[in-house]
Amino acid sequence: MKILLVDDSKIMRNIQQRVLTALGETQFSEANDGAEAMNLTRSNQYDLILADWNMPNMDGITFLRNFRTTDKKTPLIMVTTEVEKSRVLDAIKAGANNYVVKPFTPETLMDKVKQTLAKSAAPAAA
Amino acid sequence: MSTTTVHPPGSDQAASRPLNPKMILPFVRSTQNVLATMVRIEATIGKPFIKADPVASYDVSGIIGFSGSMLGSVIITMQMAVAQKLVASFTGMDIPTDSPDFVDAIGELANMIAGSAKKDLEAGANISVPTVIVGAGHVIARLSGVPCIVIPCHTPAGDFAIEVNIKPQ
Repeated sequence: MKILLVDDSKIMRNIQQRVLTALGETQFSEANDGAEAMNLTRSNQYDLILADWNMPNMDGITFLRNFRTTDKKTPLIMVTTEVEKSRVLDAIKAGANNYVVKPFTPETLMDKVKQTLAKSAAPAAA
Repeated sequence: MSTTTVHPPGSDQAASRPLNPKMILPFVRSTQNVLATMVRIEATIGKPFIKADPVASYDVSGIIGFSGSMLGSVIITMQMAVAQKLVASFTGMDIPTDSPDFVDAIGELANMIAGSAKKDLEAGANISVPTVIVGAGHVIARLSGVPCIVIPCHTPAGDFAIEVNIKPQ
């Protein structure tokens, strides 16, 4: 499975990668901000994207909105400190499939990833 | 509104100012939560006080700016030795203090502490990406007329402080 990790903190990307590696995942790409992520998604197809909200150049919500203009399918999880209800709703409206609040335990991230992948693999309701 | 007047060391002027718990409790909760969850370390909180001195309390500071409905900054500041221990526990590895990853880790801790506290402040506040300063005696510009509340934090790795200098816009 190809996974794109979008966060301006390399340390946070490493932590996420460690958690996902424990789930058996081995193929990771990384982007430092939304603009880098947009460039990567133009030339690569991913099976899962994890994106932070607050980043320089292009933030996570702008990336999500731009990304969803061309890709409605790839599951995307916001991983962020933004917990205000209005922000969560903004992200869901923009096309986020799930939401992980920082700080998170490895178990929380694993559960949300499994949940998201299971939902995206399930056949769409008629 | 309930307030507590405390007498910080070395400042007669600051001693007369009341502390607003609404500006303290969100950061107490978020600091303890971030440390317990991501650093796997328990933090106990000392008695908050107001300081007048613009010099940061310790050698390493992660700074987050607030804008929107809240204005100002919040700083996590610690001695280098404490920072090294917290970063090692946070990242799962020893990181040299002159490495960009060390600065990154301090910035991410500051981001999570300020970001988690934001939900308990005024709705509509925005936070900046973190800035990290390393060096003894660094001076941080603050909002004039707004108290700088120092929240002392004690951990098995050593002591650090959260400095809160924000006000509703």
